[in-house]
Amino acid sequence: MLLGPSLIVSAVLFSLGVAGVLLRRNAIIIFMCVELMLNAVNLSFIAFAQQLGPEGHVIVFFVMAVAAAEAAVGLAIIISIYRFKETVNLQNINLLKG
Amino acid sequence: MTLPLFWVFGGIAILSGFMCITRRSPVASALWLIQTMFSLAGIYVLLDAQFIAVIQVLVYAGAIMVIFLFVIMLLNLGRTKTTDMVGRPGQITSLVLGTLMTLELFVLNKVIPAEQFRLPEGTMATMTDEMGAVGMIAEPLFRGYIVPFEITSVLLLAAVVGAVVLAKRKI
Amino acid sequence: MPASVGWVWLVVLLPLLGFLANGAISFIKPDAKGAVSAIGVGVLAAAFGVSVAVVSGLAGAAHDAPFIVTLWEWMPVGAFHIDLAFQVDQLSAVMLLVITGVGTLIHIFSTGYMSEDPSYPRYFAYLNLFIFFMLILVLGSSFPVMFIGWEGVGLCSYLLIGFWFSEKANADAGKKAFIMNRIGDFGFLIAMFMIFGATGSLSFVEVFEAAPATLALGGTTVTLITLALFLGCTGKSAQIPLYTWLPDAMAGPTPVSALIHAATMVTAGVYLVARSNILFALAPISSTVVAGIGGLTALFAATIAMKQWDIKKVLAYSTVSQLGFMFVGVGVGAYAAGVFHLVTHAFFKALLFLGAGSVIHALHHAYHHTGSHEDAQDMRNMGGLKKFMPWTAGVMWIATLAIAGIPGFSGFFSKDEILAQAFARGHDVPFFYVVWGMGAVAALMTAFYMTRMMIYTFHGPNRTGEKEGSHLHEVSWVMTGPLVILAIGSLFGGFLNLPAVLPGAGWLHHWLEPITEGSAAFVGEVHLAHNTEWILLGLATVIAVVGILGAYRLLKPQNLVPAKDATPETGMQKVLLNKYYVDEIYDAVVVKPLMWLSRAILWKTVDEKAIDGAAVNGSANITRFAGWFGTRFQTGRVGTYVFFFVVGALVLLRTMVR
Repeated sequence: MLLGPSLIVSAVLFSLGVAGVLLRRNAIIIFMCVELMLNAVNLSFIAFAQQLGPEGHVIVFFVMAVAAAEAAVGLAIIISIYRFKETVNLQNINLLKG
Repeated sequence: MTLPLFWVFGGIAILSGFMCITRRSPVASALWLIQTMFSLAGIYVLLDAQFIAVIQVLVYAGAIMVIFLFVIMLLNLGRTKTTDMVGRPGQITSLVLGTLMTLELFVLNKVIPAEQFRLPEGTMATMTDEMGAVGMIAEPLFRGYIVPFEITSVLLLAAVVGAVVLAKRKI
Repeated sequence: MPASVGWVWLVVLLPLLGFLANGAISFIKPDAKGAVSAIGVGVLAAAFGVSVAVVSGLAGAAHDAPFIVTLWEWMPVGAFHIDLAFQVDQLSAVMLLVITGVGTLIHIFSTGYMSEDPSYPRYFAYLNLFIFFMLILVLGSSFPVMFIGWEGVGLCSYLLIGFWFSEKANADAGKKAFIMNRIGDFGFLIAMFMIFGATGSLSFVEVFEAAPATLALGGTTVTLITLALFLGCTGKSAQIPLYTWLPDAMAGPTPVSALIHAATMVTAGVYLVARSNILFALAPISSTVVAGIGGLTALFAATIAMKQWDIKKVLAYSTVSQLGFMFVGVGVGAYAAGVFHLVTHAFFKALLFLGAGSVIHALHHAYHHTGSHEDAQDMRNMGGLKKFMPWTAGVMWIATLAIAGIPGFSGFFSKDEILAQAFARGHDVPFFYVVWGMGAVAALMTAFYMTRMMIYTFHGPNRTGEKEGSHLHEVSWVMTGPLVILAIGSLFGGFLNLPAVLPGAGWLHHWLEPITEGSAAFVGEVHLAHNTEWILLGLATVIAVVGILGAYRLLKPQNLVPAKDATPETGMQKVLLNKYYVDEIYDAVVVKPLMWLSRAILWKTVDEKAIDGAAVNGSANITRFAGWFGTRFQTGRVGTYVFFFVVGALVLLRTMVR
């Protein structure tokens, strides 16, 4: 029965991802923290799937596809921001401010 | 036997995660993240998800993280002199919020799926034996989830086009 | 029901078709005067023809009346329903003939009077529409249907008073009439609600059948109902205190004054009281109020008429005064007498107005020739017109003698009957003696001011001006023709209802008996002793003769000077000329405070401060502040957003795991 311990690890990893997003200003590292959170969630799915059937694996499969798409688009955005601003430090990027 | 093994992988995953978010260099962070993913792949095997474990290594640790490293190197961010960490108040905030998040997520620990939904112990292992690791996931993926699966291809196409449009200087 | 009575809807439909056709022409081909005249007069003449058929059908089967001709169900609300239906009975028959008959004559007259007006089709469209609504008013078989007509004639009155709306005074007069009438209409509506509350119905037949049983004699409910109804009458029929719109209504074309503001619409109030005679008979207090207001108005308006210079204003106040007489009649309980005076008044007052119209037309024509801008309605610019306009002068003398009450003429019989009835019922209600006294004095004044008007207009030297004098001439036959017919009516209209002492007496009285028999149980039939009746007839004759001769003796038309050379009046004359300053008093007491209230309280305080300030701008300010407060969080930095996002996620998680 690895469900409980898996969920604990998942929770800790997710929290680390959240803390990382708050802690860092480098857009690429923040992006990696998001990936960390996704992985934590995947872990939960796999842990539950062991007891509830293989549908959880399918969901993880989709999450991975989405993560791949997200990585492609997100990194492309970071590249274009870098071209425009010469930095990926979010402190210097405030295009969202109207 | 599995539980100590689990905690070995789990410990490595948590430690690597922590290192990932605290390293100054993006390259180091990326490598620590890859370490976390490998550990998670190990845990997946312990959880009877061999196929996902393989995909984890191939897609996540292999493909996605390689793109990250590519971008880091492309933008020449590898050797940073100053840290990009927030100041002391920000660190404390992160710590507090992260801890709170962990504590709140620990309630997941209490979640036990209802009896009528739960498969008997070892069912997944049996299924893996009968259908093979790929067959077990292929069965629901290409039957119940065929439409979402096809839509995923559209998503990926859109992502490819989007990435090209965004990253190309002149179209 | 006789077959011809069933055709009554055609009487109503014809003027409506005329309105639609003329209205269409006024948009499509405004100069098609021939077609407009043919349609406008044609539908009225046809309506008169159908009316005669309807009334003759009714006369053949009078004992079965009232006949209800239902067109369709108008308002079905649960157990309560109102049909759009017409009621043909003796009273509506009288009104039907008066409206279509006099209306036809006035339409014919209008074709001459308005012939040079550029808005000729519009005029006839309005006139036809007015007849349509007036017919609905008198034919309606229930209060709501009557109210359609009541409001409709108010609308047409407004449209026709302000017919020459390019001058502000005319448009203002129209508005004044409309607003004054609205005050009265409010009373009508309240009365309708109360009638429905008391009897559970609004159709005349049902209400009047139920009234004696459900409403106590002299009870509060019936008194309030009738007072509210009478408030409507004071608005529509120009009685104190709402009479001030009628003199101003003379701003409209003169045939309109003859049709709407003398013969038909303003008598709607009298018709309403006569129609609801059972209700008024059940409320002695209200009846006394009606008679009192009527007498007071008769006297009050007569004094003003004595000193007016505008020929139409004289006739306007005369109309107010005569309407007062009618209300005395219906107020004292002599409903037939009131309706009788209504009929005779329709003849001679329409005649007087149309006569004045042809005088004005002639003067206007003359002034137009010489390019002068003198007032074509001021009697000081007239004088000696009888040698230019013998026909007009002749027929107007007939009407004057009729309204003054010379024996043999129609007005003598009708006015005398009202006064005699007031006198007779004074035995039961002593106040009616006072009313009789006021009526008698008003009658004296009537004879005086009408003779004054005739002397100043047609006798003495001509003051129109030397150049203009050569252009004065009698108007065309389309205008004198209707005058002659109306003169015949004024001469012989009195024979409809001769006094009891004469042979063949009281024909109209008997005709209307089915209408008034319900109230007869409460107000009773009053018969004067023959001696008293002879004395009253003699007194009425003396009053008329004294008034006319007095005017001849006292007034010196040769001393008058044209309006532009006249010196301003002083003292009592000035007060009378300015109509007792009633308009000014109303302005100071009602209009000014209302304006102040609207401006200072409702506009500056309620609207600008409360609604605009607190409600409109206030809510905008709150929104703006909320927006400003929100922008404090919109730093544009991802870190801030993530922080709040995480805090939000934590809070949500907290509530979910609980």
